[in-house]
Amino acid sequence: MLNYTVKRIFSLVPVLIGMTLVVFAIIHAIPGNPAQVILGQRATKEAIATLTRELGLNNPWYIQYFDYLKALLHGDLGISMRTRGPINEEIWPYLAATLELTVFAMIIAVIIGVNAGIISAWFSNSWFDYAAMILALVGVSLPIFWLGLMGQWVFSIELGWLPTTGREDVRDPVTAITNLYLIDTLLGGRFDQFGVVFKHLILPSMALATIPMAIIARMTRSTMLEVMKSDYIRTARAKGLKMFWVVYKHSLKNAIIPVLTIIGLQTGLLLGGAILTETIFGWPGIGRYLYDAIGYRDYPVIQSGILIIAGIFVLINLIVDLLYAFVDPRIKYTN
Amino acid sequence: MKKTLKVLLISFLAMSLFLVGCNSSKTNENAGGKTDNGTSAGPKKDTLVFARGGDSTSLDPITTTEGETFKVTDNIFENLLSYGPQDTTVQPGLAEKWEVTPDGLTYTFHLRQGVKFHDGTDFNADAVVFNFDRWMNGNADKFPYYTMFGGYKGEPGHVIKEVKALDANTVQFTLTRPQAPFLKNLAMSPFGIASPKAVKDEGDKFREKPVGTGPFKFVEWKQNDRIVLEKNPDYWQKGLPKLNKVIFRVIPENTARLNALANGEVDLMDGLNNSDEDSVKANDKLQVIERPSMNVGYLGFTTNRKPFDNKLVRQALNHAIDKESIIKSFYNGKAEPAKNAMPPSVEGYNDDVKDYEYDLDKAKALLKEAGYEKGFTMDLWAMPVARLYMPEAQKVAEVIQESFSKIGVKANIKSVDWATYLDKAAKGEFDAYMLGWTGDNGDADNFLYTLLDKDSIGANNYSYYKNDQLHDILIKAQTETDQAKRNELYKQAQVIIHDDAPWVPLVHSRPLLAATKDLSGYLPHPTGSEALTNVEFK
Repeated sequence: MLNYTVKRIFSLVPVLIGMTLVVFAIIHAIPGNPAQVILGQRATKEAIATLTRELGLNNPWYIQYFDYLKALLHGDLGISMRTRGPINEEIWPYLAATLELTVFAMIIAVIIGVNAGIISAWFSNSWFDYAAMILALVGVSLPIFWLGLMGQWVFSIELGWLPTTGREDVRDPVTAITNLYLIDTLLGGRFDQFGVVFKHLILPSMALATIPMAIIARMTRSTMLEVMKSDYIRTARAKGLKMFWVVYKHSLKNAIIPVLTIIGLQTGLLLGGAILTETIFGWPGIGRYLYDAIGYRDYPVIQSGILIIAGIFVLINLIVDLLYAFVDPRIKYTN
Repeated sequence: MKKTLKVLLISFLAMSLFLVGCNSSKTNENAGGKTDNGTSAGPKKDTLVFARGGDSTSLDPITTTEGETFKVTDNIFENLLSYGPQDTTVQPGLAEKWEVTPDGLTYTFHLRQGVKFHDGTDFNADAVVFNFDRWMNGNADKFPYYTMFGGYKGEPGHVIKEVKALDANTVQFTLTRPQAPFLKNLAMSPFGIASPKAVKDEGDKFREKPVGTGPFKFVEWKQNDRIVLEKNPDYWQKGLPKLNKVIFRVIPENTARLNALANGEVDLMDGLNNSDEDSVKANDKLQVIERPSMNVGYLGFTTNRKPFDNKLVRQALNHAIDKESIIKSFYNGKAEPAKNAMPPSVEGYNDDVKDYEYDLDKAKALLKEAGYEKGFTMDLWAMPVARLYMPEAQKVAEVIQESFSKIGVKANIKSVDWATYLDKAAKGEFDAYMLGWTGDNGDADNFLYTLLDKDSIGANNYSYYKNDQLHDILIKAQTETDQAKRNELYKQAQVIIHDDAPWVPLVHSRPLLAATKDLSGYLPHPTGSEALTNVEFK
């Protein structure tokens, strides 16, 4: 198991290097000169030429690429062309904001999604089943943009329960320690702020959770239905076990594997794909950091940002793979 | 061991059912607690939260040309001169008074005494000399706007020969040649006087830790999230600023920003959609604020591409756009139809120019005269981003497409991301394109020379429009120091531009902001940024 894990981690290296190459190629293929964009509409020709030279953009692409790779191996993610700040320092607050949102959204999605799927399968073809599956279908199809703005309108403006945007009350800002604000408020002993930060998380994470929740519910339902038709379940029921235990212990254990895969994939997707949610809710996350960077042709930020998201994505998949063996002893990783 | 963990995992999933219930009840509890973020009555509000669409790129104003930076730095820094509260007339700033020699070559500024930078050091003539030395020894990449003074030290176009301190409170500028908008340039946001000590101490980090003499001191910048400023207690204008704290927040989406305002999370927002104006007016807690216009939105033709190299074709298309209906539909009436390349608020505006009226028959006749009786096919490029002068470019493009089709011109609407858009426009790759400009210093030169002179081809003259007669007039106007004579020159220039019709000037928009009703003393400036010195809550 340990061997396998180490091997898997090493096998990530070529994947990540391949990724840098692909990202590098794509962003250099799209037109638009970063120097022009940085200096803006007002720039003179000379200014653009100077900056292009200073940014090393007139070097051949392979030199630019190897310079980048060399720095990367030294743990240097580069300097943002737009803000001139080191990406190493800049990126963490964005990443932390996104992590907090994603984890919170996935907790909601898993708790509601898995249970809705289980109950739908348990009472299949009941009114609950139909209602849940119709809701799930609606959930996958709803545009986040609309959902987010409607959420703000209903829960903030009409009902006054929740704040519309941001991570905190800016008039009483959280002192950042880890940049994960739920943790920071506790570390700072500000339990009142914890409540405020928690409330700020609800609307964006609900918007973000909708799609994965629906997918997880549908997946759980279909695998559960399959498992519950199998012989050992009939045996378990025949020997008089309570239905609750049959469903939540015996069936779920076998049904959860494909669901785990989906959960892993969805978490990865949310990490990089939360741009819409982050935009609507003014959430200073990695999605918007990258989106702005693309707008400004800020190559180092695009490259490093995608690399980090991709790295987390493969890491999550590794964890999911290891979890398989943990949940189902029939799966064994050997050399 | 492994088994216990397994049971734990399973029971976590089982427990989750109940957690769903707990989760929602916790939500209610929290929500039921305290909802208002200090917006309800209580002690007088003295913190302003200003929500905007994008973050600043730097807080050292000389390092950028970008408006989101100036919105913040106008509060931290002050210039030798300032603009009027809502126009670009030149007013005293850190210089109380000044004299100019008749030849327009020597300017002497008498500085305000007893002014201190936020770090406690003195503002004096040496500080002014230090700042100009720093800027003029830079380059276009480091200090892009310094080009307003014709280039950098040692370059032939540079107008500032010398800046020297005559005594502790007097600074003298000697110019190589007269520059008409010299005083106006000094008042531009980028030329805020920075603390020499802080610039030396912080080096490259000064862009994150700005120190000036302004009404507010810098406290904190959390990128893409918030910038916090607090009152400068030693500000030289006694009793000001009225606010204790200003927080700039980034909320990219216009509707979400309005939601945050309506919910009391922010007090002031820019970028109000014209279509949301009525709903703000209907809300008795909010007010709409208009920013005076100093911009132009236009449809440009690339005049070295066929058939746009033909003046008659360009004039014909000028007759084929109904500006009034565009303004009614997409600006909610908050714009004026444009007939010149510069807005009426800028000195030298020629109101005698008669606009090409919306007349499809005239348009057809001109096309016939030009030899395009059957019309032609063209690409019409629409901006992918919303700008104050052009909030809904795609939709405006559709209206233009519709009217062009009536005179036999088939326009294919195209778009591409903003970076590529500007790049292609600068290279002259568009048949026709939508763009606009917001004035920097309220001078006609900043519109006509910058956008339409042959010198600006490859930079901001995206139309590749070239007229030598116009060029001579614009160059003459740059050195003419008699404002009345300058205005005459610019009026002539507008007649030439009107006749050559390299653009269809579309609108001068009046950008909208929204605020809570109790906010007062906020006067938006036409340049797009202003100090919040007099803002308070009633």
